[in-house]
Amino acid sequence: MSRVTIATPEDTTPEDASSEGPTTKAFSADPTGSNPDWAISVRGLTKAFSGRRVVDNFDMQVPRGAIYGFLGPNGSGKTTTIRMMCGLLTPDAGHGACLGFDIQKQQAEIKARIGYMTQRFSLYEDLTIRENLDFFARMYRVGQRRQKVAQALDDLGLSGRAHQLAGTLSGGWKQRLALAACLIHDPQLLLLDEPTAGVDPKARRDFWAEIRQLSQRGVTVLVSTHYMDEAVQCDFIAYIAYGKKLIAGRSTEIPHMIGLHTWRITAPDLDRLEAMLEQAPAVEQVARFGAVLHASGRDGPALQALADVQDGQDGQRWSYKETELEEAFIYLMASGTDNFAPELSQASSQAPGHSSGQAPGHSSGHSSGQPPAPPQTTRPTDPGKEAS
Amino acid sequence: MLRFSLPRFLAVLVKEFIQMRRDRVTFAMMIGVPIMQLLIFGYAINSDPRHLPTYVEMADNSPLSRAIIYGMKTSSYFDFEGQVTSPEAGDQALKDGRANFVLVIPPHFQRDLLRGQRPQILLSADASDPAAAGGASAAIGQIVQQAVASLASGPLASAKPSPPPFEVIVHRQFNPEGLTALNVVPGLLGVILSMTMVLITSVAIVRERERGTMEALISTPVRPAEVMLGKIIPYVLVGYVQTAVFLLASHALFDVPFLGSPLAFFIGFNLYIVVNLALGFLISTFAKSQMQAMQVSFFLLLPTILLSGFMFPFAAMPGWAQTIGSAIPATHFLRLVRKVMLKGAALPDVAIDMGAIVLIMAVIVVAALKRYRQTLD
Repeated sequence: MSRVTIATPEDTTPEDASSEGPTTKAFSADPTGSNPDWAISVRGLTKAFSGRRVVDNFDMQVPRGAIYGFLGPNGSGKTTTIRMMCGLLTPDAGHGACLGFDIQKQQAEIKARIGYMTQRFSLYEDLTIRENLDFFARMYRVGQRRQKVAQALDDLGLSGRAHQLAGTLSGGWKQRLALAACLIHDPQLLLLDEPTAGVDPKARRDFWAEIRQLSQRGVTVLVSTHYMDEAVQCDFIAYIAYGKKLIAGRSTEIPHMIGLHTWRITAPDLDRLEAMLEQAPAVEQVARFGAVLHASGRDGPALQALADVQDGQDGQRWSYKETELEEAFIYLMASGTDNFAPELSQASSQAPGHSSGQAPGHSSGHSSGQPPAPPQTTRPTDPGKEAS
Repeated sequence: MLRFSLPRFLAVLVKEFIQMRRDRVTFAMMIGVPIMQLLIFGYAINSDPRHLPTYVEMADNSPLSRAIIYGMKTSSYFDFEGQVTSPEAGDQALKDGRANFVLVIPPHFQRDLLRGQRPQILLSADASDPAAAGGASAAIGQIVQQAVASLASGPLASAKPSPPPFEVIVHRQFNPEGLTALNVVPGLLGVILSMTMVLITSVAIVRERERGTMEALISTPVRPAEVMLGKIIPYVLVGYVQTAVFLLASHALFDVPFLGSPLAFFIGFNLYIVVNLALGFLISTFAKSQMQAMQVSFFLLLPTILLSGFMFPFAAMPGWAQTIGSAIPATHFLRLVRKVMLKGAALPDVAIDMGAIVLIMAVIVVAALKRYRQTLD
């Protein structure tokens, strides 16, 4: 169905750039309005492991104080990108700055000012909770260390269990401890690599409440995630697949950038309706939200025609709705599930019926000749902008 | 910020100590292995084997023949298990391993000897293990000569062998009784330190990578030198403990003397510990898992045991093996320890060995620092 990817704003034609559509200009307005600088600004980042380009010509600008969501399938290069930004990996090509420091030359300065939470729990399981916090406080040479650690334990609500080994904590607690450890030195930028993988929903909500608080205090947060409920919390979103950034913008603009049209449908027999919709050419995606179906596609008129025919039949109720981030997220995440097998995904992306959506104006200069090319690339297809 | 930070170094150090303390099995190994090896090598291994099973084919039941057999018994090299009656039976005893030696005393041995006919006496040895056959074979000539001499009095005086026109005096220095333990035990210190130090360091560092903690560690502003020193120094102390345990045990159990300069020993074993830790660190930069680190460490242990002069005399090896052996830190440490403990060497006597260790250390440290990256590349 929706195995389609979307061009980056940079790839769009001038016509698009002039419209209110997705452009890099969308980022230049700082959400806090206080600082025009980027917390992260990288251009052309490229990294290959044993000949395979894991990150390919990657650009990204993260405004200070924003919560920036970093979406993409497994193996799409999110972790590698984050590691390059914080100086843990040296890019093969490209340059950039993190908090104003060169990511290739001033790694020590960057490391002192950021908190990086790894995908896997990476504190010492054979140290106690207090020892872990204390160790990282020492690593960052935090002033008034004891108070800081005591405060962190208090905030965590773990003061009573400070002498428990970190390895004996549950997943949710481990993740909170890891967050506390990378906040111990009051970093200005927080890099979170799939922080809530394997954590229950309640713990995830608590975690995000804390992220919000941090953001309000001016901490910039870059977070990679698989989860929709996390993606919708972000101020900005970038979507990456096969090491290339395919779309980026304010999260409110993302649905528009993809150009999805969505209809909200209720019916007595949702299962049958869902099966029917999945066969309909105009419908690229069907998502179920409780007792309603959201049918989305980029061909607005075709959907409209379908709605006109179906509305009222078998008790169906069709109503047009604003496409929201949820639909956009599902659409994006469906476009690739595992980037470790590029050939396979590429083959399946050639699914019939969608080649017509490919935009002629799409320029993918940097991708030409790359074996693991992204799945079939399609531009935003807002009908009004289809002129190019 | 870019300089070495003492507090960070101390933080790594403290962390390593805590982790070491919590890892009881490894800790027990570090102390248990030296003692166990000391007992095995000290008590079980003997390069001058005695009491080897011997059969005799006795075709001449004369006083002289009996004197020879008695002399062989008292030499403690030979234990007589029984008689064989034919050459075939003797061969069979050698073949099936019942006998290490078969002594054949031909008919009329004493009579022929008295007649001055230079009769032959045959000692067939199972020389498939040269070490087992060596000592006893070397001793047999003298045993027979003494047996003949003891009987050659009175009417047999004519048979008394005349002494050779010269006398060879062998002075077994440093280990007059030829005790294997005196050779093996000091050398064992080199092997044990090498084994535990290389293994423990490489595994301890690779473990950080395997568990993912390395990523968190190097995402902090920590410097490579702080990590390296903070991780190595706790194990230097482990080496101290091992050495202390070792010296006490070798003195109490094997009476290994300590004749030389404690200072020379102290400097030498510190150098040796550091070179092994650096080697472990180097391995950790290659190894992808703890398993690999362990395998590489054990792979390196073999030349340490075989080519360093620990098990076999260094001078007896061919040139290429000596060249390889010279590149092994243990070779030089072994010489140093033996010189100091057994030969009473002082600092100047072992300077050359220390120099060699320092040279090897320099190469390893440079390679390790070059390989160790502050990134995950």
